This record gives sequence, structure tokens and C-alpha cells, in this order.
Amino acid sequence: MLVSMNWVRDFVNLDGLDLDDLIRRFTLSTAEVEDVIRYGEGTRGIVAAQILSVQKHPESRKLHLLKVDKGDAVVDVVCGAPNVREGMRVAFAPAGSSVGGHDIGVAQLAGHKSNGMCCSEAELGLSDENDGILDLDFDGALGTPLENIAELSDTVFELDNKSLTNRPDLWGIYGIAREFAALAGRELQPIDRANLADYNDLPGVKITLESPLCQRYSALKVEGISVSQSPLNMRTRLSRCGMRGINLLADLTNYLMLEMGQPMHAFDQRRVSAVRVKTFDAPFTFQTLDGQERNIYTDTLMICAETTSNDTARPVAIAGIMGGLDSEIKDDTDSLLLESATFDPVSSRKSSSRLGLRTDASARYEKALDPEMTVNAIARFLKLLQAIDPGVRVSSRLSDARNFAYPPLTLTLEKHFINRYTGIPIDDSQILKILTSLGFGVIQSGETFTVQVPSWRATKDVTIPADLIEEITRVYGYDNFEIHSTRSVLYPVREDIGKTQDTIARDFLVARANLHEVHSYLWCDKEKFAALGLDVEENIRLINSVNPNHEVLRGSMVPTLLSFLQENRGYAGDFGVFEIGRVIAGTDEDGLCRERKTLGIALFSRDADEETLFFRLRDRLSDLLLEIKRLRPVFLKEEPTHAWQHPVNTFGVILSNIRVGTFGTLHPANARKIDKKAAIVFAEIDMHTLAELAAAPIKYREPSKYPGIDVDLSFVLGSGGIFAQIADAIAALGCDLLSAYSLADVFEPDDGKTSVTVRLSFASNEKTLARAEIQPALDLLVGKLQTIGIALKA
Amino acid sequence: MEQKITSLREQFTLALNNAASAAALEALRVEYLGKKGLLAELMQSLRTLSGDEKKQAGQLINTLKNEVDGLVRAAAETLQKEEQKRQINSAKRYDVTLPERTEHGSYHPISLVQREVERIFVTMGFTVEEYPEVVDDYHCFEALNIPKHHPARDMQDTYYLSNGQLLKTHTSAAQNAIMRKYGAPLRVIFPGRCFRNESTDACHENTFFQMEGIMIDRDISIANLIYFMKTMLSEVFQRDVKVRLRPGFFPFVEPGFELDISCLNCGGVGCPSCKNSGWLELCPCGMIHPRVLEMGGIDPDEYTGFAFGLGLTRLAMMRYGVKDIRDFNSGNLKALAQFTQ
Repeated sequence: MLVSMNWVRDFVNLDGLDLDDLIRRFTLSTAEVEDVIRYGEGTRGIVAAQILSVQKHPESRKLHLLKVDKGDAVVDVVCGAPNVREGMRVAFAPAGSSVGGHDIGVAQLAGHKSNGMCCSEAELGLSDENDGILDLDFDGALGTPLENIAELSDTVFELDNKSLTNRPDLWGIYGIAREFAALAGRELQPIDRANLADYNDLPGVKITLESPLCQRYSALKVEGISVSQSPLNMRTRLSRCGMRGINLLADLTNYLMLEMGQPMHAFDQRRVSAVRVKTFDAPFTFQTLDGQERNIYTDTLMICAETTSNDTARPVAIAGIMGGLDSEIKDDTDSLLLESATFDPVSSRKSSSRLGLRTDASARYEKALDPEMTVNAIARFLKLLQAIDPGVRVSSRLSDARNFAYPPLTLTLEKHFINRYTGIPIDDSQILKILTSLGFGVIQSGETFTVQVPSWRATKDVTIPADLIEEITRVYGYDNFEIHSTRSVLYPVREDIGKTQDTIARDFLVARANLHEVHSYLWCDKEKFAALGLDVEENIRLINSVNPNHEVLRGSMVPTLLSFLQENRGYAGDFGVFEIGRVIAGTDEDGLCRERKTLGIALFSRDADEETLFFRLRDRLSDLLLEIKRLRPVFLKEEPTHAWQHPVNTFGVILSNIRVGTFGTLHPANARKIDKKAAIVFAEIDMHTLAELAAAPIKYREPSKYPGIDVDLSFVLGSGGIFAQIADAIAALGCDLLSAYSLADVFEPDDGKTSVTVRLSFASNEKTLARAEIQPALDLLVGKLQTIGIALKA
Repeated sequence: MEQKITSLREQFTLALNNAASAAALEALRVEYLGKKGLLAELMQSLRTLSGDEKKQAGQLINTLKNEVDGLVRAAAETLQKEEQKRQINSAKRYDVTLPERTEHGSYHPISLVQREVERIFVTMGFTVEEYPEVVDDYHCFEALNIPKHHPARDMQDTYYLSNGQLLKTHTSAAQNAIMRKYGAPLRVIFPGRCFRNESTDACHENTFFQMEGIMIDRDISIANLIYFMKTMLSEVFQRDVKVRLRPGFFPFVEPGFELDISCLNCGGVGCPSCKNSGWLELCPCGMIHPRVLEMGGIDPDEYTGFAFGLGLTRLAMMRYGVKDIRDFNSGNLKALAQFTQ
């Protein structure tokens, strides 16, 4: 919203104050000023002048040769404006003056001397009007400085509308002026209004409210309007505040809206003389004054003209949003029905967003305007209209229908509450002064303030004592706060186990596994998945995504990581990525999302073969889990649950008999689409499940002081045999003297008879072992394995 | 006998000069000092001598023995030194400037910034709490004093899910659950991923990280809030930052503020990155609305508190000079692999 300081100064005397500093304080105390625009800088020496004669330029079709009386002399001027005429009063920039930073001198134009320039409104910064020169409506002495006639200079600032969301009272200049008055410690002047009681004897306007969505509807009829153009200063202010000048009545309603924040509508009385406010039972189309046909739904409130002949209601405006083309003020309109109303804020907002039509009026209505403002706005409108067009006649008494009033609101504010909330001492006198200057009624009794909230703050903004704290502190100034720490008691902070294991996992995967951490989206990207031959699996959906590719939430993190592998193929020949993030594993019995924190890992290599990569990832997974839980996992072959998993090399990751994740290679069909030559492996760990598992304690074993015995045994695994069988058999020995075992060698001859060499380490804490003491255990192991088809190698 | 000893000494000196290798030297040592060596043999022959002669000759032999032993050791040491010298001279010269062969891993920039900010708060006694990304209307809006049809809901384009839940639009969605979990007094931060249903460009992402903090106790005041914000931000940016508060409207705080810090780029004079204002809008905050406390099971007559939000994604952009917000979720390793602890 744009705010003219000239306009503000109609209501509060800011003479002698630094405006820039006041505007800065406005940002700190009220709402954010985004930009400050200065008008009139670089324009000086402009005077009121009159064109005495107009002659065609002999060589130019566009130019005219003028004689201009500038008060102290008559000068020759060459002018290109199409609207020049004899006797016209103009804003004249004589040689030696400046317009918008350009110095005006004596110029030769197409062979003729020009001693200055007649200016347009745009050149003077008064409006955007640039089709011709300013036709000055001024009867005073020629040579009068223009700044005495027009508001040449002004400071206009732009407010961030977002910061006004909860302040309906700031959507008008008068409300802004109230803030400046409070900040500057100056008096706010009342608004000059007509006395509507003078018309109480006239007939009323028939107003029928048929819907509770209309809170209040006030109306007045005025006739005999003869002026059609608004005065220069009004046009200037409207233009600088972002509104285009149209005609006097439209401009006046806009002026009122900007000044008081009260949207108004002027109907041509020929089309509307009695009003009904209602919703309709069936949708229909309606042409708004911008010429658009719009669909009106059953929940949209409409203003209707009641026809006197029959009892039908003809829609003439969308309540609080935009008027209809049919009842719009025309240039020949001489009688009007003036509407000043308030509507339900939620309904206004919903209707406006449904229509896709957000107007200056609807923006205000959705903020919850003060219904007490409607009548004052009419009185103000009339005052301004009468000043501009003294011939107007009021032809109805003020008519006012209302459905709704906000209850008067009184809050009690205790001094100790203020102290506690602010943490600083603020004088009683200051509290009183601030609240009073903002329009609050305050009665102090000892330590208690009884505060009457003014109607313009009571629509939703101020409801509780904490709201008053804001009023006091923002005007007091946050910069003036003496800040300090709390007196809170300290207590130990324990880190969440889930958090701890995330940190360990990240550090391990980055520093020891050399992987890159990435973040990917919570949903499947339909397009990307299709390119990799990955199905978008059925899952919970986003129902209103603006991107049609993003619809289904991911149930696994692997596919989103796979697309990263594909996109980074050019990055390196051998790399891996990981993410700790969320997946949605369907829904639980209550239909709520099963959101799981998941670690996803995916490796890519064109340098290593798949087997090497597979074991690299297996070792890292195992080390990672050891790092987090001091437990080594076992990997159990399992059936794939996703189409992209490899039918054979898919394994469950088991820790303490709990499945914590999956690990394996990619289905060849998908692998080929990512890269024809590269090997790809991946794993996915459920970090929530992992967090529930207890970590194994460190069990310290005194190191033996006696030398131990290492025995290497080689076994032939034969077809289908796996190492786990040997490991299980070793574990089953339950031999106290066996301190460790390891894989010493693997031999894979061409005949497929893989053999493994296991090194068994024996030690005793009591003595040096003799071979004979461990022989029974060895014999037992060999015998056991023999029975399951694993023979000791000859 | 004396002559025998002298001639043996001469014989040894000659042999020692010829022993050019460690093996020859060892052979020489064995020849003279071994159990059946020449000196032992000579000692044997003393048996035939009488008392005094025996004693005198024995002393002479012992002297020779010590002499031989010392000379052999010295010669061995010399040989060893020569050998080491040869090894050093012929050692391969390693080119330490060769590039590293292993690819080093990297952290996501958000992880780094988050970790850093978390550490600061943990040192100030805050607990770090995690919260889901999928939430319900109550926690995301109702419990934050944002009833249905409140315009504040329009400010946040919410992703709604087919089961009626939604993706959290702000970390504040965790406030209610955290208040209920811990009760007052409490000081907690809760970082998390948030979602807004909007089109993306260099400045807008539909998926981003925030971090929120709340502190609730008896007599927590606006003066405390400003103090904590200033202290925390000075730690984050590792300099004394100037802060200023402006009124800001958020339904879950009252009063609510927008907190600005003096522009890190120009120091407050005004530059393009602060739109010439000298200030950067950084951190919405405020005193927790009494209704929000109440819905969180905390008595607003007894307790007050403040809440603040920090855009972790925005912080990471500022910290590392990332210009396109989409880089964070791009998975592009050319961008992401640069971030190491």
C-alpha cells in the first residue's frame, strides 16, 4: 500500500519533525516500509500562466507557436501538446526553471525560439497523464508558484501489505496518521464530516438484508451532480497512491477508501434505488464493471437492485469485491445511491479467491473492517462532494441496516503482568500515553489498567492483554529495551538416540565410506522414474500439487537416489551417495502415514565390478552398524519387494534378530537404463527401528599373558555351501579357549569347488596351551562340517 | 707363548682388513672368538704351563680377546653404516605432490549448518527434538491459533495428502507436541524439513529446512527474547551482530516480531543484498500466544515463553554463497561434493 505523507499531514501536524526518521520509526513500530518515493525533487520555478494565442507552426504539423502570459511577461513558446487552446491556464516552466531534474532554457524548436515549456501532469510528477499539458483549473494571479496550487512535492512510502494482514485499521490513511500521531506524540485531528442529521426528514433508502454475511449496509442518495472531473490535488493523491483517475464519483469513492479504509460503491440511481443483499440458490453469470463475465456461486454475496414494479432482485454488484457494468457510474450520471457497508471477512476472502478476483475493496474486507466506520465514511464523502460540487442535493436520509456488531471489548491489564512480559520497567504515565494516543480508552486504578478497545481494533486484532503489551512495547520502541538473560534453572540435556545415530552414520559414511550426502524430495518424480524404468508404486498421494509430476509419496528412498546416480554419471567413475530422510511406508490401521526415518545408500562404479561393489557396501554396512550398535549384522537372502530389486541378490539386514533394512543389487532392466556398463548396489536402513535396538555393551576381556595357538583349516564348500555354515558351526562349538576366528583365504578354482581357509585363534588366560588341549575342538568342528557336506581340504 | 700371541694378533689384523662383508666378519669372529676358535685353542694350550707363566700368558690372551672383540664390533658397525647409506642413497624418491587417489565424501550443506546451530543451542541448555514431516491440521494450524478460514493459512500453500493429513508447512507444527511431551519449564529446538506447494525458481523451493526454538519458564520476557536472539545470532555468524525487532504478525505469538540483523555484506550502510536498507530480515519470533501455551497443556498465567524460527536453508545460502536454492535438493555432486566438515 502506498501512503502519501501530504495526506497523512491532513490529520496530524508533523511540522518541524524529520520525516525520514518518522518513517523509519514507522517500520520499527508499526509495519514495514519497503520503499520511499520522493516527488517534486528537481522541479522548481513552475508558475501558473495563460496561453494568450495559438498559431500553427508553419513547418510542423504537431507544433504550435504560443504566446504565454507568465504573470511578469508574455513570452513565445513552441509547444507540441495536442490540447493547447487560447485562454487555457497552464503550468509553465520558464527558462531558468527545472522540471524533474532537467533544466529548462531558451531553445530553438524547428526554427522558432521557445522561452520555456508548458508541462503535463506526468512531467510534473502529479499523475501518469501525459496525453497533453495540464489544463490548470486556477483563477488566481498569473505567475503564482505552482507549489501554491498543486501538491508538487510529497513523500510517498510503500508498505508491505503482508505486514498489515492483522491491522484492518491501517488500510486507510487516517489509521496511518493515528500511528504517526502516537509515534510523534502529536494530536490526531478529527476527520471533517457533513452532518447527516440534517437530512433525517427525507425518505429513507429501502435496504433489505437477506443474508447474515452482510454485517452492515449504510446508504445515502445524492442528486444534482454536475461536476464530472475531480480536482487536481485529489487526482494527484490518487495517482501517487496507485489509483487511476476516472471521474469525480468513482475517484471520490476511491479517495474515501484510501483515506478511511472504507470501500464504497456509487450506483447510478437510474439503475439502483432500493437494495437487497443476498445469496442466490443457483449459480449464474454476472458482468463486472471490467467487462468480464463471471460465474457467481451460491455462497457469493450479491448486492441487488430491487425493482419497484415487481419484487425481483437484479444483481448489481458482487458484495465487497466489484460492481456490475450495468449500474456503473457513467459520465452523464447526475444522481447516485452511495453504498458504505461491511461484509463477513471469511466470506469475502473465499468469494474473492473463488472468483480469482482480488480488488482493493476485497483486500480490505477480508481483513475484518470496523462496521462502525460505514456512516462516518458517508458523512466524509458528502463533505468532500459538497466542497467540490456545491450544487448537489441529498435526496434521502441516511439509511442504515445492520445484522451484526462486534461486542464492546474491555481488557484488564495488571502492572505486574506488563513487567513480567516485557522484562523492563515502563512508567505508568508512558503506558497511559501510548494507549490513549492509539485510541484506547484507559482508566488506571492502582496497579490495574482497565482498557477499552476502540472499535477499529476490536474486529479481531486486539483480543487479549498480550495484544496490549504489543501496543505498549512497539510504541515504546524495541530498540529502547534493556536486554538480559533469563533466570531459568539449568538442567542436563540428553541427546535423543535417533539424533546420535544420525550423527554417527553421517560421519562414518562421509569420512570412512567417502560417500556424498544428498537430499531428495519426499515424492516420486513421475518423469524421472519413467526414464529409469522405475514404477511409481501405489502410496499416499499429494492431492493438490502444483506440479503434476509430483503426486505420489515415496515408499522407498532408493529410486530417488538411483536417479541421482544416473544424473551424476559424468561426475566420477566410482562414487556413492546417501541420504537420511523420510519415506512413507503406506498407512497404519488408523489410515495415518507410516513415516519412517530412513538411511538410503547407493553406490555406482564403472571401475569396480558388481561383486567388488557388493562386498564393499556389505562391509561398510556391517562396519556402520558396528559403529552405531557395537553389533555386526547378518544378511539373509530375501524375496524382493520392489520390481527394481535383483531377484537373486537381495538380502535383509538383520541385527539382534530384527530386520533393520535391505541391501542388494539392482534388477538388470533398471541397471541398463541408468548406465550400460556401471555396477550399482544399494541399501536402505530403517533408522527408527535401529533406534529402538539397544547397543551392545563393551565386554572387556583381559588379554592373555600366554602365547596362543593359531590353526588354519581349509574347507571345501561344495555346491550351494555358504560361509555362514562354517561360522555357525564354529559358534556352536562353545569353546572357551577359542578367542577369535577369521577368514584367511578364499580359493575359487574353475571347477567351482570354492574352498575357504579359516584361522582359529586359541588362547588361555591361565597357561600356555598345548596343541593336544585344542585338538578335541578341532575334531568336533571338522566332524560337524563333514556331516553337512563341507569337507576338510586334503 | 708370547710370540705366538703376537703373531696371532698380526694374523688377525691382516684378516680383519680383508673382511669386506658382514658374512666375512662373522666368519672371522667365529674363527677367533668361537668356542673352538683360535683364542680358545690358545687358552687350552696354557694347561701345560706352570703357575706364573700361565697367569701372565692368560692375561695376554684375554687382552687379545677383548681387542679382537672390539675390533670386530667396530668393523661391523662401520659396515652397517655404509650399508644404510647405500640404502638411503638408492631409496625411491616419492612424489608427495601426486594427487590423492581416493574420492573424499561430503556432507549436505544443510547438515553442516544444522549441526553448527544445534551445537550453539545445546551449549545454552536446549534439547534438540525431531518431529515428523507428515502432520495433521490440528498440529500445523489449530494448535497454533490458526483456525480454519484464517487468512494465515493462505500465506502458506499447504500440500494436502489423500488420507487427510498434510506436509508440515513450518516447524511450528511441532510446538504443541513438544509442549505436551516436556511440559514447562522447557527449552527445545526442533529443526525440520518443511513443504510449501509452490512453483520453484532460484529463490523458491517447495522443500526446505527450518529450525524453530521455544523457551518457556516463569517470567520469560521480551527482554530475554531479544537477548537470546542476539547472543545466538552472534554465535552463528561469529561476530557481534546488531539486531532490530519490528512488529510481525504470526497467529501463534503475541507480540510477534520480524527480527532483522545488520547486513553482513555491507555492515548496515546499504548495499544490493539488503536492498539498500542496511538490514536483513532473518528470523520471525515472538512471545508464545497464551492460547498456544494453553493448548500445549501449559498454564499461561504461570508461564510465558518465546519462540523463534530460523531458515536453515536460507542460512546455508548466506553462509556458502549459494545463489540457487534448488541446488540443495538437486543431488548434483558438482555442487554438493564441495561441503566437507
